[in-house]
Amino acid sequence: MSLILSIVVDGVAYGMILFMISVGLSITMGLMRIINLAHGGFALLGGAAVHLLTTRLDVAFIPAFLVAVLAVVLVSVLLERLLYRHIYGFNELGQVLATIGIVFIMIATVNLFLGSTILPLGAPAIFTTPIDLGFRTLPFHRLVVIISGLLVLAGLWLLMEKTRFGIYLRAAVDNRIAAASLGINTPLVYLVAFATGAGLAAVGGILGAELLPIEAYYPLRYMVLFLIVVSVGGLGSISGSFLASISLGILDTAGRYLLPGIGTIFFFVAIVVLLALRPNGLMGKAQ
Amino acid sequence: MNDGLSIVGLSKNFGGLQVARDLTLTLPRGSRTALIGPNGAGKTTFANLLTGVLKPTSGKIVLNGQDIGSLSESARVRAGVAKTFQITNLFRDLTVRENLRLPILEREGRTHQFFRRADGWSDIEAEIARLMQDLNIQPLADKPVRGLAYGQQRLVELALTLAVKPKVLILDEPAAGVPSTESHFIVEAIKRLPQDLSVLIIEHDMQLVFEVADRIIVLVNGAILMEGTPDEVVANKQVRELYLGAGHV
Amino acid sequence: MMDPVLSTSPRRAPTALSFLIPSISVVVGASLAFLIFPYDLSFLTRIVIMMIFVVSFDLILGQAGIATLGHAAMYGCGAYAAGLISLHLSPDPLLGLLVGAVAGAVMAWISGLVLLRTHGITLLMISIAVTMVLQETASQARWLTGGADGLAGITVGPLLGLYEFDFVGQVAFIYSVSILAAVLLLCQVLIGSPFGLALRGIEGSASRMRAIGTPVYRRKVTVYVIAGAIAGIAGALAAQVTGLVGIEVFNFSLSADVMVMLILGGAGRLYGALVGTLLFMVVHHVAASIDPLNWLFVIGFMLLIVVFVLPKGLVALPGRLARLLRRTS
Repeated sequence: MSLILSIVVDGVAYGMILFMISVGLSITMGLMRIINLAHGGFALLGGAAVHLLTTRLDVAFIPAFLVAVLAVVLVSVLLERLLYRHIYGFNELGQVLATIGIVFIMIATVNLFLGSTILPLGAPAIFTTPIDLGFRTLPFHRLVVIISGLLVLAGLWLLMEKTRFGIYLRAAVDNRIAAASLGINTPLVYLVAFATGAGLAAVGGILGAELLPIEAYYPLRYMVLFLIVVSVGGLGSISGSFLASISLGILDTAGRYLLPGIGTIFFFVAIVVLLALRPNGLMGKAQ
Repeated sequence: MNDGLSIVGLSKNFGGLQVARDLTLTLPRGSRTALIGPNGAGKTTFANLLTGVLKPTSGKIVLNGQDIGSLSESARVRAGVAKTFQITNLFRDLTVRENLRLPILEREGRTHQFFRRADGWSDIEAEIARLMQDLNIQPLADKPVRGLAYGQQRLVELALTLAVKPKVLILDEPAAGVPSTESHFIVEAIKRLPQDLSVLIIEHDMQLVFEVADRIIVLVNGAILMEGTPDEVVANKQVRELYLGAGHV
Repeated sequence: MMDPVLSTSPRRAPTALSFLIPSISVVVGASLAFLIFPYDLSFLTRIVIMMIFVVSFDLILGQAGIATLGHAAMYGCGAYAAGLISLHLSPDPLLGLLVGAVAGAVMAWISGLVLLRTHGITLLMISIAVTMVLQETASQARWLTGGADGLAGITVGPLLGLYEFDFVGQVAFIYSVSILAAVLLLCQVLIGSPFGLALRGIEGSASRMRAIGTPVYRRKVTVYVIAGAIAGIAGALAAQVTGLVGIEVFNFSLSADVMVMLILGGAGRLYGALVGTLLFMVVHHVAASIDPLNWLFVIGFMLLIVVFVLPKGLVALPGRLARLLRRTS
């Protein structure tokens, strides 16, 4: 029983990280219909920035965290205006190739300044404080991750349901052309959505650094994972991303615990089967 | 009836929306039938039900005694039912010649011959030449379709579907978008179609309908309003109301 | 109208004996390379093997328009199959090639049956997932594949029983070039055949193909299997020539590189595959010797340039330049 609870807790924590990183990708893929293989790069840049600030410049964790996320948001705005704006109009293959090019450049940039080894983030000591849950102890960090994930989910829900921007975003995801003809400033909606997604990816990357270590090849190494979450959850669906992340987090963790070795194989076979049966994902609309 | 296409009780609804209601009609061998009706009457839906793009909610489709209702789209074409596309759907990067070569190769079952050239059969090349001649598109033979004018593309669209040599040919607004200077080629081509072919023409252009059809079916709201010879249809009070408005009957 | 979208270039079917041209140019080019760079033969052989791999990808992407990021699956299966046959059964190189081709074809058939019912991002995902499964399996099945250490000590018997593989790599080079020439011949014939025309039809409009009675799915599976066999041959060659097979034959980056090489050169006309591979491998070789990771800068920028400026790849560059000159004169 405690094994099951362990799997669930670890799986949920892992799933929260995946959710925070992937939800932005799901929105941009559902909204701008763009396959962005460089999305993981925002998580990398966030983690790399925190590494730089905390270990090289002795900045405390929380200020570093805030500065890093802000920096990633600014970088994403630049990239969107300069490159992604044009990539929206490419066909699928073009988008794949362009975003592969972008991610290669991101990786090379991090490597140039910080090398290619794992970059530890100067996380506050409190993160490692164990919390006794009864059936096992849990590092405080995991709790932070789970709560952050829930806060992000709640925040996004509020954004989508209760703000005007949210309505514009949902309208644009549903029917781009109609939304534009209603006077909704779709390029601005895209920009804000893109930047928000990038910022959230940075948050996820920073908080998840223990589970998904920050190093130059991060975006390529985990790109498959993020794309799987998005494909399974359905493009453009926040609830789908959440469900998919948590399920896949638990599935992957269960695989590691129960079937060490072949757990990963089982995981990917499950993905193939799921996508073959439901090509639009759990909550996706038909393409 | 063993000769031709027989449709019995064909219905289709999308959720609560009924787009085809209990349609029953026959297209005997050699017949030239026109399907007319106001926009949204369900003409294209009906055509898609015949070709297998849409699966019916109920009803049977029988071709020459064979029930084809469960066949996939490409299987139905092989069985003998072909349709032109309302919005031209051609192989834009290929030349006109290649566009016509493909359906003939497919029809003749030669696609699996890996070690022969696609243009290596003189009988096929001759057939392509004849088709192009019939529709007056030989000058365009080696041009990529992408560069052709819309009217010319419509002609290629018709030629492509004819190349399939179906038993039942459905023409989905063949003259739509074709300038009047060129539409007579289409009319001529339709008149020259093989005698044993059943032809269903979906059209708005009543002049064309009167020139080629020997029977007209009027479709309204997914159901058949009436069916008869062109004269009968023109004289029919309900049809006149439909097209000219109640005050003009 | 200026088409800003990346699309594959129009493919002209070959005329008369022109199906021999790619093979002949490769033989001529390789002979020159053999004479000019006699001490770089192992690098040149790697380029030739990669060309075979990329040409097989051109069959599915350039002809049929099927975009995957999992082509390494068939390559890797071919490599392992050839390695295992050589270690356990017989070191005859041609037998190894045959087995590699079969392994690649079988993997293509199994994965293709699932893959080719999907499109777009789902297709990409499943193709990636398949290579991940294979990589993990190879890593776990130590008894068969040597696990993470891979297979080593793969020896190859004399080619055709006559030509021993020499240390300098001359026989290996000639062997690989011959296979490339044969593969190019096969592909050119295929492209000019009714089957090739049907593939271009599928790429142009799958819906139209269905409307003329083509079983589109079956055709896609067929070309995928053929491409898989050729990719398997490339993998087998790599195993034989280097004597090693490791789990990196299933790397996602390998599949991505293949796509990059093809797009760089231009998809749809076999020349693009050859040009793109040559350029990529040479630039990689040069850049990597200067600084291994900053090579990613180069390839990243090259990709962006191709996608934004030269969507039809380098083979279209002469045409573009010609048009540009005509306009300015």
